[in-house]
Amino acid sequence: MAHTPQTLSALRKQFGPHLNLAPPGGWTADPEPDRVVNTHCCFCGQQCGIKLKVKDNKVIGFDPWEDFPFNQGKLCPKGVKRYLQGNHPDRLVSAMKRTEAGFVPMDLEEAMARTTTEIQRVQAAHGKDSFAVLSGVSLTNEKSYLVGKFARLGLQTKNLDYNGRLCMVSAGAGNKKAFGLDRAANSWADIEGAEVIWVAGSNVAECSPITTDYIWRARDKGAKLIVVDPRITPLARTADLVLPLKPGTDSALTNGILHLLHKWNLIDWDFVNAHTNGFETALEVVKDCTPEWTSATTGIPVSAIEKAARMWGEAKTSFLLHARGIEHHSKGVENVLGCINMVLATGRIGRPNCGYATITGQGNGQGGREHGHKCDQLPGNRDISNPEHRAYICSVWGCTDEELPGVGQSAQEIMNAIHAGEIKGLLCLCFNPLVSLPDTTFTREALEKLEFFVVLDFFLSETAQHADIVLPSALHEEDEGTSTSAEGRVIKINKAVDAPGDARPDWQILVNLAHRLGRGKFFDHFTSPEIIFNELRVASKGGTADYAGISYEKIERQQGVFWPCPTEDHPGTPRLFEQGHFAHPDGKAKFIPTPWRPPMEVVDADYPIWLTTGRVIFHYLSGTQTRRIGFLVEQCPHPYVEIHPRLAERYGITEGDALEVTTRRGNLVLPAKVVTTIRPDTVFIPYHWPGKLSVNQLTARHLDPVSKIPEFKVSACRLRKVSKDQFPEELLELRRMADQASSNQPHLPEQVM
Amino acid sequence: MVGAEFGFYIDPQRCIGCRACVASCGECGTHRGRPMIHLDEMDRFASTQTGPTVCMHCEDPICAQVCPADAIKRSEDGVVHAAQKPRCIACSNCELSCPFGVPIIFRGLEQMLKCDLCYDRTSVGHRPMCATVCPSQALLFVRHEELAGMRGNRPLREFEIGALRITTRNAVMVPDPEIPLNLDASLLCPEGGR
Repeated sequence: MAHTPQTLSALRKQFGPHLNLAPPGGWTADPEPDRVVNTHCCFCGQQCGIKLKVKDNKVIGFDPWEDFPFNQGKLCPKGVKRYLQGNHPDRLVSAMKRTEAGFVPMDLEEAMARTTTEIQRVQAAHGKDSFAVLSGVSLTNEKSYLVGKFARLGLQTKNLDYNGRLCMVSAGAGNKKAFGLDRAANSWADIEGAEVIWVAGSNVAECSPITTDYIWRARDKGAKLIVVDPRITPLARTADLVLPLKPGTDSALTNGILHLLHKWNLIDWDFVNAHTNGFETALEVVKDCTPEWTSATTGIPVSAIEKAARMWGEAKTSFLLHARGIEHHSKGVENVLGCINMVLATGRIGRPNCGYATITGQGNGQGGREHGHKCDQLPGNRDISNPEHRAYICSVWGCTDEELPGVGQSAQEIMNAIHAGEIKGLLCLCFNPLVSLPDTTFTREALEKLEFFVVLDFFLSETAQHADIVLPSALHEEDEGTSTSAEGRVIKINKAVDAPGDARPDWQILVNLAHRLGRGKFFDHFTSPEIIFNELRVASKGGTADYAGISYEKIERQQGVFWPCPTEDHPGTPRLFEQGHFAHPDGKAKFIPTPWRPPMEVVDADYPIWLTTGRVIFHYLSGTQTRRIGFLVEQCPHPYVEIHPRLAERYGITEGDALEVTTRRGNLVLPAKVVTTIRPDTVFIPYHWPGKLSVNQLTARHLDPVSKIPEFKVSACRLRKVSKDQFPEELLELRRMADQASSNQPHLPEQVM
Repeated sequence: MVGAEFGFYIDPQRCIGCRACVASCGECGTHRGRPMIHLDEMDRFASTQTGPTVCMHCEDPICAQVCPADAIKRSEDGVVHAAQKPRCIACSNCELSCPFGVPIIFRGLEQMLKCDLCYDRTSVGHRPMCATVCPSQALLFVRHEELAGMRGNRPLREFEIGALRITTRNAVMVPDPEIPLNLDASLLCPEGGR
């Protein structure tokens, strides 16, 4: 039974999050490095180039990498302060086991041996598929590929999935349906020359900050910006048109726009006729989506809808960007397809300054979703249920078809199966489901039912607190490999320092474990990330995500290589679909109709307010790293509820008051942040925190039927003003930590009298 | 020496409030852990507008005029420097008099520190740290002649603050009057979102 062995407060005291405030040796230490390593940020999908300064095997600071083409030195505060995740007091430097007295260090050899016997015990008792793997896409391509192979051939389980399931799977599924291939259609260079930029459900300034400059560079040349978001985010504030739609109504808006494009004949018929299928069916579905219907459904005015359609329809060039705001829905794939239909109808794709992309959120959200990390996928973005695809991968891996499992369950479905007692064992790495999955109470109950739970992590995350064994893994800067940015650019992560103590790169732990499980013949040759990458190249060859012509040397020489890159003399492909050539067998793109349907949960008399969730610039995903970095926590120590003053007034709420937010899953109490920049029928809470501060206590396990992404962006809630003494202790503790951090820093000025 | 051909342009309209400027300023080798940039939310109730304040490097700096110890110097390249350590008496005159609110007296150091346009970086051909990392390039460091080709709005170097007329080395970009400072989402909904 994987209950936490100590109280949460005792665990926090021992394992943090504590705050790292200063570089190794403090601010007075000599800042001159022994050497500087060119690498990339460990956080979001933009994968900015950064130089890490290294001294005595520690990262002591950063320098901008001004020559790297994507960001040219630009960084957000997470990138600037990322080096403080190293040399951290919370760092796990030995394996840990759970005892009645709490987590205690154990010998790594003993931990590996016990993990092996426990896996074998669970699988012998309940079958191979009773042991599941949950992984994540902050891992390099090498590790993502290896996890896929490890689950299928090492553990021989079909049940492998990853936290990309909470990120960009709706976009991936939509892209594959429409284009036959899943990647941003363009490099970001095409943003700069676009006449109109349509941003749907993306808080660009906070979640992909460097992209802000690409958009502004287009605007400097006269581009118009349209932003679709229930909140007026920092970029939306300056937009030419803001469409603050009701949560969960994105496909109604795109249907309404397509209706007007057709009505006003703003269609590129030559393109549609020559390069697409299915336009008539798509039009049939939107024939009743008049501006009046669209306005009534989305809660934005007819005039704004018409203006948007006019701006989009009349442009010569354009770029459409979307992100989790439209993807985290029970119809996430349909929302994506609605956007793609707008792009295809105007024929503005596959040409200079004409583009389309999802802004992938996680560090390797692109590459990590291509090489067999998903429950239904094999490397090269192949399909695990396609006999030809299976045969090719069997030939690369040297296994038989019988040895290669079939389709497994997706991330939330694995958690559901654990809760139902069908899955008994779990190996989890690079994933903190207790913070990031919806319905936290359910997730906790599930984790407590596991017979054996092993976690690979560099900090004792909230999820790892439920583990039987924790294996200490390496940080991003302690290993090398490749990742693939939101643009589809494969880049090289370079090792800056060695991992401390017994900490090991995940790939070494998995290869060792596979060997102990008697499956060494498939894994023993993996003695470096480059050897894994070279096998990935072969395994991806001929797939849509073809890396065959990409080598470490070529990445460094070209400062990144855009896939597909099928041969060594191929330069890579920054822009896809040129000359209207798509990846479906007939070379055409598909319009997929998106008949309107509401979200799974809608407001009613009991739960009359919309709740939506998202991120802030100072934190990354479940906060395992960023909640440990002093500067970032000082800026944003805890979550809050954004609420419009009109709604606040109805509940007698003023700034900073304690507001209880309740859904059918649970409730939480957070301070109110009263702002006019949100729809008056909607509240917003950022999600990076655990326990009683986690908004995922409130979100539902409603999944998109195709992508299996949870509907984080839409819940129905009710509000109540409560006394401030109902703030959770965790919130007060975080405030104290942030205050203390500020007063301990040398940067605070003397009080001016 | 910061080349006279380079200008520092501040465009608050582009600011996203990320504080990468503040974070990176404090990483500098010469004033470790002590950022000298102020980043303010203008009025979070009504807007997501934020604004960075870096030293404007006045032609006739008031901070230097009011310094009783003559500790604040302006070099020939137009850069106004931090108070000289041996002279500074941490009296706060500079802090109180600066019309932009830039100088900071640091606890423990008993010294006023302020932006020197990253002498260590600009003297070897790099941009100042804040203008290098700024994700939206609200802080921009370029050759003067490059600006017109890059930005539509106009740089402003002359300010009237109370009775003062101030000319500065750094410039503020004049905001586009069509972009409102405050936005109320309810006003963008039909019938005010009722």
